[in-house]
Amino acid sequence: MIEFDLAEQDLRTLNRQLQGLGERSNETEWKVLNPRGSHALAVGLTRPLKVLVDGHTGFYCGGMNAEAEIEIHGHAGPGVAENMMSGVVRVKGNAAQSAGASGRGGLLVIDGDASSRCGISMKGIDIVVGGSVGHMSAFMAQAGNLVVCGDAGADLGDSIYEARIFVRGQVESLGADCIEKEMRDEHIATLTELLDRAGIEADPSRFRRYGSERKLYNFNADHADAY
Amino acid sequence: MCGIVGLYAKQPAVEDRLGDYISSMLIEMTDRGPDSAGVAVYRDPVPSGSTKVVLQHPDEDYDWRGLSDAISAALGPVLLEQRANHAILRGEVPFAALRAWLRETHPEVGVVSSGDTIEIFKEVGLPADVVSAFALRELTGTHALGHTRMATESAVTTKGSHPFSTGFDLCLVHNGSLSNHNRLRERLRHHGVEIQTENDTEVAAGYLTWRLSEGDSLDEALTAGLRDLDGFYTFAVGTRDGFAVLRDPIACKHAVMAETDDWVAMATEFRAIAVLPGAKEARIWEPAPAQIYSWTRNGS
Repeated sequence: MIEFDLAEQDLRTLNRQLQGLGERSNETEWKVLNPRGSHALAVGLTRPLKVLVDGHTGFYCGGMNAEAEIEIHGHAGPGVAENMMSGVVRVKGNAAQSAGASGRGGLLVIDGDASSRCGISMKGIDIVVGGSVGHMSAFMAQAGNLVVCGDAGADLGDSIYEARIFVRGQVESLGADCIEKEMRDEHIATLTELLDRAGIEADPSRFRRYGSERKLYNFNADHADAY
Repeated sequence: MCGIVGLYAKQPAVEDRLGDYISSMLIEMTDRGPDSAGVAVYRDPVPSGSTKVVLQHPDEDYDWRGLSDAISAALGPVLLEQRANHAILRGEVPFAALRAWLRETHPEVGVVSSGDTIEIFKEVGLPADVVSAFALRELTGTHALGHTRMATESAVTTKGSHPFSTGFDLCLVHNGSLSNHNRLRERLRHHGVEIQTENDTEVAAGYLTWRLSEGDSLDEALTAGLRDLDGFYTFAVGTRDGFAVLRDPIACKHAVMAETDDWVAMATEFRAIAVLPGAKEARIWEPAPAQIYSWTRNGS
């Protein structure tokens, strides 16, 4: 394992090295020390590397990730794994707002709680949160799955498109056009697989499913007078 | 943009190094605010009946001695301590009389803060330069707020630098923007609150000054603010004995808080907290929307 200490070398050097590793490189396992809230740490990776970050990260850690496995042993700042394409980002602590924002693929696991707007505008990413999520989570979510083992804050799934939301605990309130939906076998299967991949033990049958009522998809001519 | 930081000491050892810690936090926020920087430090209270006033003049070589002699002759004895182009005056001079006298005779001298304990120092330039110009690292105190500014809505001047103080020992730093500050400014002036600039943050500070003068506690004033202040904001507020943080109900503007047995800190970004001793093991959280987090001395 290659150790990189951010107390001694700078962040751009680290990112340049991680991004520049070729297909044949055997430098595939990295440990980053002293992140001390650095922004954009381990972003834009395109190779199946394993990167362990020992400490708390700043904004956008693991952003745009493809194929890499990034594990944060600490809390993550805003926008962790934003725009992720594939691979895995795991946060051992809590995540600040907008975790997994606009993610297109891959798996984001947050062992602790995620703050507001978790999964905002998600476009195919799967997000599994061991704890609870804050308000406005899955706002304008378009595709993918958001799994919440704890509770969800106000306005869950506001203006949601086709993403699926699974919540085990209480939902403070649902946002516009988000409704509870039937939990069918196929959803149990998806949820079982996601919890398994996330390494989180939870009984899939205790979750409820939420999704779009699809009433905001089209302009409703009956409401024309309201404008 | 802009960066805000706040630190509240829970142990005397932290009070001894408060200036050092808040300076390091401030410098970490340079990327968010390279135009100007400032701090409010709560320290060294004056005896009952006295007032502490921080004044500012653009000229580093301004004749502060001459000014304090003139004040002593006109209004009563004052002690003066210079810090770069700011000066701290202490004495039993009524603040309203001092401010009126300054306006009349020395309109070029600005009042930066007034109260029992607050001292504000602020200037244009990089945070590191502001820290060294005012020798902020050597200051002790109970709590402090800081601001680094990337100007968006008004000129880069000392007067337009933050923090703003609009009342005795009150200070507010702010990430975000208020959308109803013009109307509110008029309303506050109507209530007799002194507001010097066109800046929205100063209106928020003035609003709290008004509520506190009406008898609200800090928590009550902030609760009223949730109703009356329209916009996106994270506030960090200092009073003589208190420290509070509040985000608006949507809570878009960044904020992170941390607490140990020794201190409570808030900042726009965690890297400003990471410089504090014990930060890695601290309890760290993102403040929830419309929730008041406050700490007060004397157990009240």
